[in-house]
Amino acid sequence: MKRSRRVSPTQAVLFMMTLISVVGLALIFFFVIREGYPIFSKVGLGKFLLGREWLPTRGLFGALPLILTSLMLVVGSVLVATPLGVGLAIYMVEYSPRPVRRFLKTIVELLAGIPSVIFGFFGITVFIPLTRHYFGSSGFGLIPAIVVLAIMILPTITAVSGDAIRAVPRENRLIVQALGGTRWQTVRRGVLPSAFRGIITGTILAEGRAIGETMAVLMVLGNAPMMPKALNQPAAAMPSQIALDMAYATGDHRVALFALGAVLLVFAAVLIFAARRVGRQRR
Amino acid sequence: MTSVMRKIVDRMMFALFIFIAAVVTAFLVYFIFYIVSRGYTAFSWTFLSTAPHGIKMEGGVLPMIVSSVYLTLLTLLIAVPLGVGGGIYLAEYAGKGRIVESIRFAIDLLSSVPSIVFGLFGLVLFVQVMGLKYSMLAGALTLTLMVLPIILKISEESFRAVPDAYREASLALGATKEQTIFRVVLPTAIAGILTGAILAAGRAFGETAAVLYTAGMAPLAPVSPLEGGRTLSVHLYLLATTGHLEEAYRVAVVLLVIILLFNLASNWIMNRYRRKFVSEAI
Repeated sequence: MKRSRRVSPTQAVLFMMTLISVVGLALIFFFVIREGYPIFSKVGLGKFLLGREWLPTRGLFGALPLILTSLMLVVGSVLVATPLGVGLAIYMVEYSPRPVRRFLKTIVELLAGIPSVIFGFFGITVFIPLTRHYFGSSGFGLIPAIVVLAIMILPTITAVSGDAIRAVPRENRLIVQALGGTRWQTVRRGVLPSAFRGIITGTILAEGRAIGETMAVLMVLGNAPMMPKALNQPAAAMPSQIALDMAYATGDHRVALFALGAVLLVFAAVLIFAARRVGRQRR
Repeated sequence: MTSVMRKIVDRMMFALFIFIAAVVTAFLVYFIFYIVSRGYTAFSWTFLSTAPHGIKMEGGVLPMIVSSVYLTLLTLLIAVPLGVGGGIYLAEYAGKGRIVESIRFAIDLLSSVPSIVFGLFGLVLFVQVMGLKYSMLAGALTLTLMVLPIILKISEESFRAVPDAYREASLALGATKEQTIFRVVLPTAIAGILTGAILAAGRAFGETAAVLYTAGMAPLAPVSPLEGGRTLSVHLYLLATTGHLEEAYRVAVVLLVIILLFNLASNWIMNRYRRKFVSEAI
């Protein structure tokens, strides 16, 4: 060990600035769980997570309809967005000429920057009438929510899988080409297998974004906290229900909303764990 | 597969990829056109410079613009020094130990916290426990935690992008490590830091869920950081969900144009910076 590794005051200050993130994260977990915990001891963790009825006015706090809806939104939007997002990434890295790639990069970045409340508004004015017209319901429900979410998570999928595709060594492509492969075979056989983990990482990160998305979902989902029955019927997801009810919730209801927040935190943490695991094994 | 089949499949996949790229581009163009074509009357001095009135919230959006700008600037004021400081530490001092690994993990986790959970947290700690009420400060502190990972990551990256030759040259001239970092590395990385700050600003400016229950919804222009206010994004949410679509389009245009300007600006700076940097490095 070198003894000369004295820590300068500057280094100490900078280290503490870095620690703010850790402290902030710890405080978030602490306060959200502290405020939400009483509902677990009152209703019971199992009954909270698996209860099928969310009727705060009657003291029923079963979060299963909200959790299920959130999961359906995640699965639905990732199923829609992954082929598009990965396809776009493949096109950008493997096919497009330089100016087109830069143009598309700007498009994807702009799409990523649009606030969720504007997506929600666009959903209300464009996707709700479309859903009403084609699926004959009020228009609010899982279908417009999945479409809006898919658009919102597409940039994440494109960015992360694009990085993974770019990181594939040139030799992989050259080998397939030397064997007489077409451009698509080069992508299919030479690039995608090596980039696979990166693409999965991208979809997991996108799932994290989808499960926590609040405003856009709140504005198009219809917010009916019942077990989801059909894709064209209103439903309610965890984050949107929190945002909606927080305006007036008191007592146990408020506690239950924080408990929902804690459940959301756990989901987000699990997804980050998964993304890091998948991402790391690549090396 | 015969070679004809292979050629056909190859062509089809190529067409499919072009189609996807075209659809995504067309969507964004339509999206912007749709909103701007219905709300372009927002580009009027009266709309931007007066307060809303009446039950339909007619009139202007001045207090909301003030609230949004106030909140964004206050957030940057707190978050940029912290984020850049952390970025310097991670790029210039941190090794590869356990502690640094856990810090990085915590930053990743922080960036994955859903925005409404930030809102819940801000409501408890800043609004209630610290007694800040619905205020610009409570909102800004909440948003600070939200945008910190963005600033941290981008500033760390831009510090790492500075060639070691710069550091070595500075140290060889007898400068200390601190002098090297603050007089040589920091100025070189400034464009990257700026990009991060602008991205963070865009994020803060458009955020709704984390702001609803921390900065409040009162449609008044805040003066002191301890007063609350209603941001443009919250205003848009309230208008859109109460059926005031005509006003909502106009607010959406203001919000969208400002956000697009933020993003184009950061894009532009980054491209210029990269070009300059590459040519200098050679």
